[in-house]
Amino acid sequence: MEKVLVLTHVDEGGVSLTKASLEAVTAGVELAARLQSPLTVGILGRDAEAAAQAVGGTGARVLTVSGEAFAQARYASDAAACEALCRAAAASIVLAPDSSRFARVAAGVAHRLGGLLDTHITSIVGTATVEATRWFYRQRMEAVLSREARPWFLLLDAGTHSAFAGEAKAVATESVEVVLPELRTVVEGFREPERDAQTIRPDAKLLFVAGAGWTKKQPDGQMHVSDAAERIKDFLRLTGASLGSSKSLVDQSGENQQVLPFLTHMNQIGQTGSTPRHAKGLSTCCHGEEPHVVGWRFIGERRAISLDANCGWARGKADVVYVADAFQVMSKINALLTEKQG
Amino acid sequence: MAEVFHVVVCAGIVPDPLQTLEPVIGPNGPGLKNEMVLPAVLDPWAASSLYEAAQVVAKHPGSKLWLVSLGPKAKLQQVMMTIAQKVSFELMPVDGPIGGFPDAHATAATLTETIAALPGLDRGRLLLFGGWESATRGAGVTLQLIGELLGITDQFQGVDQIEMRADGSFEVLERIEGGKHQISVCAGVPAVLGWATGNLAEPRNNPQTGMANMRGIMPALQKAKTVKLEGNTLHYTSVNLPAQQRETRVEKNLSADAIAQELVQWITAE
Repeated sequence: MEKVLVLTHVDEGGVSLTKASLEAVTAGVELAARLQSPLTVGILGRDAEAAAQAVGGTGARVLTVSGEAFAQARYASDAAACEALCRAAAASIVLAPDSSRFARVAAGVAHRLGGLLDTHITSIVGTATVEATRWFYRQRMEAVLSREARPWFLLLDAGTHSAFAGEAKAVATESVEVVLPELRTVVEGFREPERDAQTIRPDAKLLFVAGAGWTKKQPDGQMHVSDAAERIKDFLRLTGASLGSSKSLVDQSGENQQVLPFLTHMNQIGQTGSTPRHAKGLSTCCHGEEPHVVGWRFIGERRAISLDANCGWARGKADVVYVADAFQVMSKINALLTEKQG
Repeated sequence: MAEVFHVVVCAGIVPDPLQTLEPVIGPNGPGLKNEMVLPAVLDPWAASSLYEAAQVVAKHPGSKLWLVSLGPKAKLQQVMMTIAQKVSFELMPVDGPIGGFPDAHATAATLTETIAALPGLDRGRLLLFGGWESATRGAGVTLQLIGELLGITDQFQGVDQIEMRADGSFEVLERIEGGKHQISVCAGVPAVLGWATGNLAEPRNNPQTGMANMRGIMPALQKAKTVKLEGNTLHYTSVNLPAQQRETRVEKNLSADAIAQELVQWITAE
């Protein structure tokens, strides 16, 4: 019989589980019910007990690892903590969110337990057996896979399950002892753009994709990069959209060409960027496979503004393509949004 | 005395991202249609790590850079013709399967064995670099496993910057959720760094660097050990291209005003 463990961790506030952790809890509850298996939830954080009531509604056994050393996301301490939780749970299937914290350590933990790991899992399927789906070649093809070896670790992509929203209630927790190795790494803090310059918003409904066309010569024979930057920033401010970019636009900074000042490689979507999940996506001045195929894989409704009526990349991938000058259209959109917001 | 580093970069080869990829199921499991004739490039994030590694080596005289790469010999040779012109390194090739479907655990075991046997490598000075995810499997597992197998417990993933300090410690910027970086300071090597894009542009081709590198690369390729990767009970039930094709409405004759009206309505709709 399988035994299911869900590994979770607290958020930056230190007392609540992250959204991705709660999504993994949902996946664990569903899988345990389907397999009629016992469920354990492991929680890692400075004060893991404080976060435990959020999973009280699962009826699961709850194991915790708490302490100052676990307030920081670092390989040595997190791997030791996850290893201790897994050993205490003796689970055959371990689910965890594919967060930066767990993605850093999960393979090492699986190895320590003699187990195997698959990451970026988008769903868990199968009836008699457990099968997992994930994408290969940067979201170009999807595979269903399984393993006989146990323990099997599955890291779940964010946004693939709903966050567990069961009633919060007090739950008895079992504290797990961790033997820490020498800690040679200290987390000193975080670096993020100024509040009004933050353009990556994972929870936004809309993804706005800027392509290289914004920095090319316009009909008057001149480039208007600062105008482009202003229009895009206004739009992001008015809509709260997240900003994605094509590779070619980001790469221009390394080629000493004029670039949009607020774009970094962190904004890049596609093959060597991210494939974010948003309900809607609007691409502008984009041409090519990267933004339209790979970067948009997990975007619900998709629209594009392009001067190229025959853009083969957008056709079949976008719901609507507007053949128009994005400078003009975006300026009018911003005016309408400003008017609407009073 | 300045710190001396032994930097090992693990970098695979991947099909050129502009190629159309189609999965096929063969006797040994899934693969790509015409895989051996698809033009290949060095895995993009791993390539970033190679350029960053070269910079670390250049700033610390006496340091050394190895490139460990697993792939079919002929494909490795093709890719090295270009990569060898970028930065100086010593290649340690392993002749083995290409692609995203072999098990990461088996790949890691093979690469660990290769790294452990590198002549002249001082593990006390080791910086293990690579891409945080490949463009094939995209699992972000291999480098971490190699680190674990080599007993390295200071690991960083999604790295965009490393800054060496005079006392041998270094500061690392790692990508985390929400477009932020986590800033960590590690007391010193050995350490594993899985790189994201980094901050360096791709170096221009330098034929002289290429000539110097190729003198070592060709004999290394001839001597490359051939390996077969075990599946570790990994089974593929199916591998498919996404079938979803949208009916695209192409609006050629709408004015900018009309498009803006329509888009605002769409953006603000619940």
